[in-house]
Amino acid sequence: MAPGRATRENWGARSRPLLLPGWWLGVALCASALASVAVAGEIPNAQRRSGSEFMSPQTRAMQDDDTANPGLLWVLEGETLWSRKAGGAAGRACADCHGDARASMRGVAARHPAFDAGRRRLLSLEQRIRACRTDRQQAPPLAWESRDLLALTAYVARQSRGLPIQPVIDERTRPFLEGGRASFERRQGQLNLACSQCHDENWGRRLAGNLVPQAHPTGYPLYRLEWQSLGSLQRRLRNCLVGIRAEPYDYGAPELVDLELYLMWRARGMPMEAPAVRP
Amino acid sequence: MIRRFSRRELLLAAGAGLASLVVVRPARATPEAMQEAIRKVAGPARINRGRVKLELPPLVENGNVVPLAVGVESPMTEADHVRAIHVFTERNPQPDVLSVRLGPRAGRARVATRIRLAHTQTVVAIGELSDGSWWSDSADVVVTLAACLEEA
Amino acid sequence: MARAMVSVPARARRGEIIEIKALISHAMETGHRRTQDGSTIPRDIIRLFVCTYNGTEVFRADLHPAIAANPFIAFSTIATESGTLALHWTGDNGFSVTESAALVVE
Repeated sequence: MAPGRATRENWGARSRPLLLPGWWLGVALCASALASVAVAGEIPNAQRRSGSEFMSPQTRAMQDDDTANPGLLWVLEGETLWSRKAGGAAGRACADCHGDARASMRGVAARHPAFDAGRRRLLSLEQRIRACRTDRQQAPPLAWESRDLLALTAYVARQSRGLPIQPVIDERTRPFLEGGRASFERRQGQLNLACSQCHDENWGRRLAGNLVPQAHPTGYPLYRLEWQSLGSLQRRLRNCLVGIRAEPYDYGAPELVDLELYLMWRARGMPMEAPAVRP
Repeated sequence: MIRRFSRRELLLAAGAGLASLVVVRPARATPEAMQEAIRKVAGPARINRGRVKLELPPLVENGNVVPLAVGVESPMTEADHVRAIHVFTERNPQPDVLSVRLGPRAGRARVATRIRLAHTQTVVAIGELSDGSWWSDSADVVVTLAACLEEA
Repeated sequence: MARAMVSVPARARRGEIIEIKALISHAMETGHRRTQDGSTIPRDIIRLFVCTYNGTEVFRADLHPAIAANPFIAFSTIATESGTLALHWTGDNGFSVTESAALVVE
């Protein structure tokens, strides 16, 4: 395995978008090669590395500079929305209940997805914000991947920056964790690939010219250069599923939330970087 | 009966044919288009290599966002300063990227931004000095995932 | 609803060269992208960025579609006197945003 920062090999130009036949052929060939690799299991804790260590120095610099990180535009927007009264009968702002987010939201993103006792299920951070919006603020729900939802999520997640990822695993959340783990290890899609095959067993190697990261959700929501926008972890997971030619689950689907929990557990202890920048 | 077309009708038909050809042509600049764009800015002036330093990563992960910096060695005094810096690409749909006006108040002739690159290509930066001279630098960039030409 | 982030030092010595960074949210739609049904999405970009220092223009940039989304520009100016740096972005479809920053020069 080749850990650490990518070395810049000059492999030649690729000017076609990812999802065209030439790329598929490469992935299909790799998939058949991967099929013969022995099942290795989780990455040892000491070898875990954030996606930021697999990026070029320039992209890393973009993330680390708070005066230049494009994700911060959404954080600023979220800061404004935090104090804005949500239209609706109750007419409340997040700040009216939660006060200063820097205090009240500290560590919150680092422990989501979290169990909601009332709903008796797991909620991702986005789902928690949406639930507050309808239940407590009596306002219309924020659409998935909408600018406002991304802004609020980015603002809340920013308050966990630097803190270790620590989802709560107990008898209530364990079944969801195991569901997420099963998803991660299950072969799916037309390419019949499991997440673990790339991200546990072949991280640091290249697939169709791209460096395979370990897939830790340390920086979400993040600014993805390919999206030219900030986006959520679920957006990225749906992209992955399309990438292996599997039907992507809808936003908010329990399968995606369970997978989020597993990924967070798999990254436990690693520091949050939100809002990160990724290629 | 064979209909005879008037000269006017023939010219109009030819024009319409040409117009449809123009629409179908793929959007991509060529090195010639870049030279033309450079000439439009610099006129007939001779462009020397040197003094301009264009900083681009040799290989980028995604052509949508490519960090670029360009600087020109200059004391930036009233008597001797950089008036403008212009950046062009060879193979983006259009050759122009950025034109920056400076002056002695800048202190330093350096600007940084992020650009889009549609293909592996050469990027050119030219600088105009207060004495009327022009200088240039170029950089080759390998682009693994392109900008501009992806489907929405 | 464009959000802008401007980074200007709060104070500087007279004659010091200060660096200014400006970031603004804008899709910078190139005019080359197409929708699923094949029609082109029209160009919609920021065309001009100007910085004035107590009313005097000290920096100007003409932007083209090749500037990446959420445009970022870093440039410098000499701290001459205390006052206001005004950063002004204009573009297609009447886009116009101004952000100001105060600078104390001692």
